[in-house]
Amino acid sequence: MTPDLMRAGAETRRAADERAAAAAAGRSGGRQASWSRVATGELDLAHGAILYLDDITVSFDGFKALDRLTLSISAGELRCIIGPNGAGKTTMMDVITGKTRPDSGRAFFGSTIDLLRLRENEIAEAGIGRKFQKPTVFEHLTVFENLELALKSERGVRSSLFFRLSGEQLDRIGETLVLIHLKAHAQKKAGLLSHGQKQWLEIGMLLIQDPRLLLLDEPVAGMTDEETERTAELFLSLEGSHSLVVVEHDMQFIDALTRGRVGRRVTVLHEGRVLAEGSLAEVQGNDEVVEVYLGR
Amino acid sequence: MSAVLPLPAGAPRGPFLLGMRGWIGVTVALGVVAVVVPVANLLVPAGSVFHLSDYAVQLVGKIMCYAICALAMDLIWGYTGILSLGHGVFFALGGYAMGMYLMRQIGADGQYRLPMPDFMVFLNWKEFPWHWAVSDSFVAQMALVVLAPGLLAFVFGYFAFRSRIKGVYFSIITQAMTYAAMLLFFRNETGFGGNNGFTDFKRILGVPIATPTMRMLLFVVTGCTLIAFFLLARAIVESKFGRILMAIRDAESRVMFTGYDPLRYKLAVWTLSAVMCGVAGALYVPQVGIINPSEMTPAASIEIAIWTAVGGRATLVGPIVGAFFVNGAKSWFTQAMPEVWLYALGAMFIAVTLFLPQGIVGLLRGQDGLFARLLRATRKEAGSER
Repeated sequence: MTPDLMRAGAETRRAADERAAAAAAGRSGGRQASWSRVATGELDLAHGAILYLDDITVSFDGFKALDRLTLSISAGELRCIIGPNGAGKTTMMDVITGKTRPDSGRAFFGSTIDLLRLRENEIAEAGIGRKFQKPTVFEHLTVFENLELALKSERGVRSSLFFRLSGEQLDRIGETLVLIHLKAHAQKKAGLLSHGQKQWLEIGMLLIQDPRLLLLDEPVAGMTDEETERTAELFLSLEGSHSLVVVEHDMQFIDALTRGRVGRRVTVLHEGRVLAEGSLAEVQGNDEVVEVYLGR
Repeated sequence: MSAVLPLPAGAPRGPFLLGMRGWIGVTVALGVVAVVVPVANLLVPAGSVFHLSDYAVQLVGKIMCYAICALAMDLIWGYTGILSLGHGVFFALGGYAMGMYLMRQIGADGQYRLPMPDFMVFLNWKEFPWHWAVSDSFVAQMALVVLAPGLLAFVFGYFAFRSRIKGVYFSIITQAMTYAAMLLFFRNETGFGGNNGFTDFKRILGVPIATPTMRMLLFVVTGCTLIAFFLLARAIVESKFGRILMAIRDAESRVMFTGYDPLRYKLAVWTLSAVMCGVAGALYVPQVGIINPSEMTPAASIEIAIWTAVGGRATLVGPIVGAFFVNGAKSWFTQAMPEVWLYALGAMFIAVTLFLPQGIVGLLRGQDGLFARLLRATRKEAGSER
């Protein structure tokens, strides 16, 4: 082989390498190693969105529960989601928390964590807490023990065998008990609480997990007016440090959450897609929304 | 189904593992097992009223093995809410692992006076099959007592729990598992003595097995194992691990959305439970003197669940009481009125299901317990007289 040919070969290869590097930079926005997206587990909020659903479709036996749903929640936002029965609100939460796998679409937590690749418990550990429509607590454990299990700590089997509460953790449980007004019932079996108290306990269990995003499915169902009011206050106090998605039927509650705050948005879901988005007054004035709610 | 019952959960944390009364109970049990029974059986002369017959010792020894199974069942069913109807297979595997060693200990003293177990001679086998490779080593076979049931449970449990098989579906496939194992062990080709299983044991560790001292030693070891397993189970249910098990029983989805992987927890307790049954089987075989595939019949596994339910689920003491109660009744009935036994067992199970959701122990314990009610009644009477 002559030196000329070798030099020409080296030139060609360098050009090819440069092209490949340029292409790669374009694909991952200049960042290295796109394969680490799943592995990191670090929540990346650089792009301002904490939750990003893109083109999600879920169908059950041909019925489309979610139909190319696209939705984005900003970091620190409190977003209310309303919609008639069967609009896909709960299915949307199932997709976000890993309970249901969509047929197509993408779901990201921050800009790096691909939710569709994680299991329920991994998603919870990544920082998404979920409250069910029906209050779900551990009925045969005491209120204190319920909070102790939810407390952010190691989730492995071995560590659970030798787990001892530290002083700080005890304080944290104490603070939460005060926050959810269950201090007096700490040693009571959770199954003996009233419906509203169970709702509060579940909210407390969510908070003590230290999630970044809270998904709340009808959090005030079965609560008295006073309890509802207190819940609204609690959620408003979380705004900013946490991101919240509240699914609710109770318009008064939505009103309490959004009143007087510019830029707080309400999303209306219908037949698995976003029908309208805007302030509560805007969506209530929307003809399509009225039609969906009142029927034709 | 268990979520409906008002099962007691872990006691408020305070004393170590047990309260004062509990520790006294454990000490008394230990004293009875390790001192009273040996003295009453070996030293007290046969004519005395304090003498304990060999039959009674063997019966209690056997029931203690059953009690270990019931305890193991309580961890998986009472606390975790997973009803296994296949625990007999783990018991039998432990028993077979012990039986293989005992068969090798017979040496050339069998019917054929050959250094192989009789059934192999009968089948015209010239050498040991591969799974008998370490059967002449006591240590290796004792390791198998733990490993064989543990491994089967781990693999079976991994796939079942990963596929999220729950409730009656899980119970049914555990039944299928023990039934399949039974059919396998019935075959002569499997190399476990077919439907006759193993029997005619002569020695253990070179010591004759049928002597009173050896029998008593096995009894004491069984009793101490039962007590040790009870304390282990107690430590487990008192730990955060135990509370996660109860949480899985009450609301598995909440456990998942709280960030715990239920698979790992279920698999850990399921495997532990199987290993406990295996150890029980290994202690059972030298005392009873036989192991055959009948231990793997679906009915045998269901019985374990009955002992647990009769005694009281999620109480740990209850299943031990239940094993003694049901098996004590069984041995009495089968002597006095053998034809009535199955009806009595059925009636007992129905009665417990209908009237004693928390079993015998639940009847005695707590606010609505028999003791509490009697106490209240006497107090009221005393009050009205005044």
